[in-house]
Amino acid sequence: MSEATARRREGIARFWRDYRAQRAGLYGAAILVAAVLASLATPLVTDPSGLDVTRATGAKMAPPSLAFPLGTDESGRSILLMIMWGSRVSLLIGFLSALLSMVIGTVVGITAGHFRGWPSAVLMRVTDWFLVLPSLVLALVLAAILGGGTSTIVLAIGVTSWASTARLIRAQTLAVEARPYVERSRVLGAGHWHVMTRHVLPNVAPLVLANTTLTVASAIVTESTLAFLGADSGQASWGSMLRGSYDWGAVTSGAWWYVLPPGLCIVAVVLAFTLCGRALEAVLNPRLRGAA
Amino acid sequence: MTVPIETGPAAGPAPGPGEAPGKDTGKDGALSGAWRGVLRYALAKLGGALLSIGMVVVATFFLFRMIPGDPAIAYTRDVPLTPDQLDLLRRQMGLDRPLPEQFLDFVLKALQGDLGTSYEYRRPVAELIGERLGPTLLLVGTGLTVAVTLGLWQGTRAAWNHGGRLDRFSTGISLVLWSVPTFWLGLLLLMVFAAGVGPIPGIFPTRGMEDVDAPGGPLYLLHVAHHLVLPCITLVAVVYAQYLVVMRSSLLDEIGQDYVTTARAKGLRDAEVRLRHAVPNAMLPTVTLVFLHIGLVVQGAVTTETVYSWPGLGLLFYEAIKGPDFAVMQGTFMVLCVAVIVMNTLADVLYHVLDPRVRSA
Repeated sequence: MSEATARRREGIARFWRDYRAQRAGLYGAAILVAAVLASLATPLVTDPSGLDVTRATGAKMAPPSLAFPLGTDESGRSILLMIMWGSRVSLLIGFLSALLSMVIGTVVGITAGHFRGWPSAVLMRVTDWFLVLPSLVLALVLAAILGGGTSTIVLAIGVTSWASTARLIRAQTLAVEARPYVERSRVLGAGHWHVMTRHVLPNVAPLVLANTTLTVASAIVTESTLAFLGADSGQASWGSMLRGSYDWGAVTSGAWWYVLPPGLCIVAVVLAFTLCGRALEAVLNPRLRGAA
Repeated sequence: MTVPIETGPAAGPAPGPGEAPGKDTGKDGALSGAWRGVLRYALAKLGGALLSIGMVVVATFFLFRMIPGDPAIAYTRDVPLTPDQLDLLRRQMGLDRPLPEQFLDFVLKALQGDLGTSYEYRRPVAELIGERLGPTLLLVGTGLTVAVTLGLWQGTRAAWNHGGRLDRFSTGISLVLWSVPTFWLGLLLLMVFAAGVGPIPGIFPTRGMEDVDAPGGPLYLLHVAHHLVLPCITLVAVVYAQYLVVMRSSLLDEIGQDYVTTARAKGLRDAEVRLRHAVPNAMLPTVTLVFLHIGLVVQGAVTTETVYSWPGLGLLFYEAIKGPDFAVMQGTFMVLCVAVIVMNTLADVLYHVLDPRVRSA
């Protein structure tokens, strides 16, 4: 076993020890693991034909019963089945758009922090512009113009949510580049690419990880809001279920089993991501460690 | 009041710490150094805002030309037209001219307040927006007032009893509220308080700002207020939590300061230390942040108005998305973005003017 591997293993062990001390973060992680496992197992244990409106077997808008534990929707489909399949869409869009937002944010942030002068000024101008604009409104316009589909929604959320990450990463990049070893590396002839990928990126990576977790949370909320406002991916997600419940009068007719479960699922998953993100931040961000 | 506000050059504020006294102040009552700095800052911010607005206009122009298919058909959706009419329309929209010329035309018209014509409503977009502005201002204004008051008050209490039960409770509440999608909260309130669940009767209207049989005179105000309750609560719940968090952390910063210790040592009562010394100082950054994040309120308004069919700009935007009515979408998008940019710049400059610490820096 080489020296580097041993050190890395020790680092992971220390990280896990610190993370375990964050109780809320542990709860969050437990909920997340359960949600992801459930959504992965859905195709194995359920039959997607129940999602087809024409082949629905239940009564319309029936309250919970033994056959349908969470009741049925306006065309007699099982709410539980829709929730399980919807979780796949909601989580997938949440992960993918957070990933896209992270990639844009990290690239812009490191570039703006590394190259001083006008490239940095232009990039930060654009970042501030995205930061100020109401991102939901922009995402809605993007989704409406580009037309429905999972990739459109991912694009719309990703493109409108990277600005705060870019600011954070830029600040961290500036701090890292001021360290003596980066200067030493430059004197030894390291190019821009080498400094950015070998010195800056590894140092900002923990921050990126914590931030991604928080971004997934807001991406899931954004996805459900977009779906509710009519910009859905064409597949049933938790957001589009709530849209359906509103359109079919479940809210005013008191069909709580159609309104409560999808919303509770969103809140649970988003809360879990937020708790995890905050715990990660507390463990990984040296500035917060002393304070907490 | 611990934040002195000088109202003009006559007040003669002290020069900033970095400059020689009397250097900038002498000649015929000219602006002193600190105020000149503020003016320079304000002009720079104004320039930035104009640039941002320009970027919005450019982005809007190109974004709405990315619509797949023939724009003339996209804009007149569901309105049957003969080929001749379509041709005329294309010429009216300037689609037969080169792109730079179209862009110039678009900018000039926007500057004159001409945002195009909606084919759904068969009316100018600017007129539609003007009609919907009032209800939105009413909802956002009321919501923001309540949210800021509640957020600052609760944030102060949480910070003052730092680590106590109230602190943990309100931090937890704000965490949960942050995770709740606005529209779902709206649906829940609608279900419980407007439609009624079980023994709870529906006590609030389910939609709109007024009913067809709305009473006249002073009763009309009450009628609208009755309709306003649920949308307002929804909006407040979504935004007040962040004000609470900001106020809490900003007051916690102040509590550690020496002047607070001095005030205590002078023998002031707890409430006096809090209300006359710590809170005013913590309030400034908080209120600024509130207005810097006005974009979130706009987003909340769009969703809230949709859930409650509140006849404001947000509902107009939603209807345009649903249509889709691209002319209205484009106009509303620009108006919302410009409004947010203007509010942001105002908050930024005002903070600079009001905070002596930033001003003299």
